[in-house]
Amino acid sequence: MTSSTREREPRLDDAEFRSYYGRPVIKRPIWHVPHMPAYLYLGGLSGASSLMAVLARATGRPRLARTTRIAAAAGAAGGTVLLIAELGRPTRFLNMLRMFKPSSPMSVGSWILAAQGGLSAAAAASAVTGILPAAGDAAALATAVTGPLTATYTAVLVADTAVPAWHAGYRELPFLFAGSALASAGAVAMLTTPRADAGPARAVAALGAAAETAAATMLERRLGLVGEPYREGRAGRLLSAARALSAGGGLLALLAGRSRAATVASGLALTAGALCTRFGILEAGRASAADPKYTVVPQRERLDASAVR
Amino acid sequence: MAERMGFFTDTSICIGCKACEVACKEWNQLPDDGFVFEATSYDNTGALGASTWRHVAFIEQQPVWTADGTTGDGDGDGGEKPFQIGPDGRWLMSSDVCKHCTNAGCLDVCPTGALFRTEFGTVVVQSDICNGCGYCVPACPFGVIARREDDGRAWKCTMCYDRLRGGLEPACAKACPTDSIQFGPLDELRERAAARVAELHALGRTEARLYGESPDDGVGGMGAFFLLLDEPEVYGLPPDPVVPTRNLPAMWRWAGAAALTMAGAVALSFLGSSDRLLGRGGPR
Repeated sequence: MTSSTREREPRLDDAEFRSYYGRPVIKRPIWHVPHMPAYLYLGGLSGASSLMAVLARATGRPRLARTTRIAAAAGAAGGTVLLIAELGRPTRFLNMLRMFKPSSPMSVGSWILAAQGGLSAAAAASAVTGILPAAGDAAALATAVTGPLTATYTAVLVADTAVPAWHAGYRELPFLFAGSALASAGAVAMLTTPRADAGPARAVAALGAAAETAAATMLERRLGLVGEPYREGRAGRLLSAARALSAGGGLLALLAGRSRAATVASGLALTAGALCTRFGILEAGRASAADPKYTVVPQRERLDASAVR
Repeated sequence: MAERMGFFTDTSICIGCKACEVACKEWNQLPDDGFVFEATSYDNTGALGASTWRHVAFIEQQPVWTADGTTGDGDGDGGEKPFQIGPDGRWLMSSDVCKHCTNAGCLDVCPTGALFRTEFGTVVVQSDICNGCGYCVPACPFGVIARREDDGRAWKCTMCYDRLRGGLEPACAKACPTDSIQFGPLDELRERAAARVAELHALGRTEARLYGESPDDGVGGMGAFFLLLDEPEVYGLPPDPVVPTRNLPAMWRWAGAAALTMAGAVALSFLGSSDRLLGRGGPR
């Protein structure tokens, strides 16, 4: 082979690696769109709404307490329906509660979601009907534990896979999901609660959007080659849209106390941003699994480094 | 528990006949995967999957003639490799299969208990329990297990659990005409494999190496391991696989920290001066 000036200039990000006809080494996640990312969104919405409901009740904001309890119940119920529809054998969904298995984030998550779904439904039912208020309060209080777990276990769920972009992001993903959940719940509460009662919801939305934006930036920057799917292609476009929408919606939330229009714009932008985040994460996982480079190069580097040692 | 059983696949004597693929399909009554022409090699199977539990890989490495009349390998990166490809090139063939890992990602993450460890130390899906959640699919570092979409459940090699219980060897090993696929107690296979590598090295085939035989690797050793003649990634195998659950405690710690941060952020929003800053209402 002679060297030719027509050869492509080597790029810095060109990773030298060998593969079997460019085929992926691992299987890509088979979870469907929109089920899986929509569940991630609804689970986050439910979990963060629960936390807000508890504090709204404790600080004497009945209207906010009521809307957030309903959002928490609706999110958990809708998410559960999506999860069941996602199964290859939906009629066997109860097998999820056949055992409690700490090594499986999906088993742990099924129990968390079952608790969150039941408790948030009880809390919402009590708030809407006015029946058994003490039991409703107790159920709501318990969701202060199950809520944050519902919103964050899903990060462990995706990270505990062989998908390089997900596995390597196990530090950032929980914070991304937590921020996204806060922004989602703050947005829905802003949209459904009278402005005068929605001050804390606006604060939750703004803090959530800030956390979501910061964690997404970390995820894109810290992982090097493995983080490439977060920056490129369809996932990259979804995540940049998410960042713009979340940041914009978060800033608007700071002003949303003054106008109905700003409230609506902020709430919709944050909701769209949170959804883009969730869809972008699934897309990044698919892209990460599809290209053998992301599996082979880091493993080869690890082997070569240990051989030198 | 019976002795841990395994496969040792010696790819140096694989002739690429695909009898293992056929025997597996027949014994396990696996549906066909359609008739695909990959147009890359004699491999028209492609990869392991829900209905393909043995897969023969074909790698054709052609020599690259250099200016000084010597040959390099087919990768065009010069003669840096510890072997020479003859003027006619060389063919690598390897029958891939589920690794039946000591620390199996699929088994760890299965939420229903459908995946279990048998008395032979193998990993098997119970099809009457699997609800098709699909979590095992991206959890496998080798891309072995998959969901059959018309059926909705996950499937993979059982190391012929039914035959093992009946005292028979798995169908693929039985059908292999060159004994490239060897079945037996794992300890015995490891000894046999070490001897085979030493033999090949003595013959000057220094590129021979074992893959997956060491209990110290990222999956705690594979129940099905291989003798390869090139880097694992050339055969489509991950060079340094690690079971994803190895980092699970750390993942839960980070998630716990995020959950607490979330609670803190909500508390701050309610208990701070948020009403004065952000709204006109304020608590009554």
